Amino acid sequence: MTEILKQVSVFLENTPGHLRKVCSVLADAGVNLQTLTLAESRDYGIVRIIADTPEGAIEALSKAGIAAKLIDVVAVEVADRPGALLGILDKAAQGGLNLDYMYAMTRGINGNPLMIMRFGDAQKAAEILK
Amino acid sequence: MDCNWNDKYGAINPDSALDFLPREQLRALQSQRLSAMVALAYENVPLHRKRMDELGVKPSDIRSIDDISKLPFTQKTDLRDTYPYGLFAVPLSEIVRLHASSGTTGKPIVVGYTREDMDVWAGALKRCLLMFGLTRADIVQVSFGYGLFTGGLGLHGGAEALGCTVIPASGGNSERQLMMLKDFCATAMACTPSYFIHLIDTAQKLGLDMRSFPIKVGVFGAEPWSDQMRKYIEQNAGIEAFDIYGLSEIAGPGVGGECREHDGIHILEDNFYPEIVDPKTGEPLPDGEEGELVLTTLGKRAMPILRYRTHDITSIIAEPCACGRTVRRIRRIGRRSDDMFIIRGVNVFPSQIEAALMRVAECSPHYRILLERKRDLDSVTVEVELNPDAYTDNIASLEALRKRIQASIMNIVNIKIDVRLVEAGKIERSEGKAKRVVDLRKI
Repeated sequence: MTEILKQVSVFLENTPGHLRKVCSVLADAGVNLQTLTLAESRDYGIVRIIADTPEGAIEALSKAGIAAKLIDVVAVEVADRPGALLGILDKAAQGGLNLDYMYAMTRGINGNPLMIMRFGDAQKAAEILK
Repeated sequence: MDCNWNDKYGAINPDSALDFLPREQLRALQSQRLSAMVALAYENVPLHRKRMDELGVKPSDIRSIDDISKLPFTQKTDLRDTYPYGLFAVPLSEIVRLHASSGTTGKPIVVGYTREDMDVWAGALKRCLLMFGLTRADIVQVSFGYGLFTGGLGLHGGAEALGCTVIPASGGNSERQLMMLKDFCATAMACTPSYFIHLIDTAQKLGLDMRSFPIKVGVFGAEPWSDQMRKYIEQNAGIEAFDIYGLSEIAGPGVGGECREHDGIHILEDNFYPEIVDPKTGEPLPDGEEGELVLTTLGKRAMPILRYRTHDITSIIAEPCACGRTVRRIRRIGRRSDDMFIIRGVNVFPSQIEAALMRVAECSPHYRILLERKRDLDSVTVEVELNPDAYTDNIASLEALRKRIQASIMNIVNIKIDVRLVEAGKIERSEGKAKRVVDLRKI
């Protein structure tokens, strides 16, 4: 399975309590998180979230004054065997796709892990990785 | 017909006549007022008498405006030391109004006005509003704080004297401010420039476009603001922005204002006489040279002030203005001699940091400068919010942006200053003067 998903990206300062605030805003809005990953630099981080209702998440966060963006990412099913990810990366390289970042969903699909991948052009990537 | 008043090719509004006096007549008026004011100060205010005696200057020595440099300076500390009424030249029974500074350090500074002083002040403000092209047909929302601060009640009196419809909004409650601007069809608003930027941002958040509001003129003062801030305001609110200058010690807002040429601030020098001095030595500097602005009140009775050291750094423009006014201009004030900070031996003004930030398109106008001391070394960190679109999902591009901002600052102040990108809304929005510098150094 290959599918384009909307990821919610949130700019956050690296200070105690900030991630908690994001999670509390989303909880209050009834948004269910499917996976979450953190990328950090010295002073700030970016929280990347896959949620059941990305638009609901953005709306709730903006209302709370938290800068958030919707980003197109590609969810790719990776078979549970050696070399499966390699095959996908080969396809990507051959198609001239540059991978910005990648992380795994907490819940897979069909008993296989599901990887979330960010490329410059999600449409093109979804075509190539189909 | 109103719209032709003060137009370059139109008639002069009689209320603005003093802006256009021939220089010789203006000097005669200034000379006459100065000697009367000095006599009043000498006879009634012990501090002024003592200072003049120390310099061996008698009121009779002050015959022309050129004699002003013989007079002693007045410092902010003098106003504090004589708290609350020590510099008043008339009995309290003649005082009809008191104002006071916010007093961030210790006691506030108290200023008083007689009935005539109130008229002089409102008259000065009226002339400023006329410079901005306002008439009695305008609806003016005054969003400076009302109370002891001179901004709110001062502008209120001036706009009312001109015959405008005044909305005494005072500060705070941004959503309500926007509602009034829109529903009451305000054509002008008076507040601090940083608060107005906050209103623009609030409007955008609420899905409102201020460019569609009836407002056409912004009257901004009480804090230095850059040309970049002006551009941001004018573009995003669809208005013409004017600088109004003033300080409580001298009168409050209305000491001077910008005409529609937007090339410096006309000081209403028949009432408030400007000089530029070397901030270190106090030596008077010729027109055109940059130094500290010194102001003398020529028409105030309650509290005559001799040669007040404003700490504002500027220069006098003596060349005639294209608008035809003969009262001289000062360059817009971008910095003060006392908000400068010294980092690793380099003098830095917040306005320089601001100019550097505004050169980077992704930076919002919201920033602050933190001064810290780490292991006996001074460090400066600039915290800046980005424009909403600039918060990308990509750390590499954010880091590149951070370096670009740093380089832009380095370009102007020549020292390396740390830059921290912060979340939108993190920098406190001020309703009065924006506090740009936070000094956490314990020395």
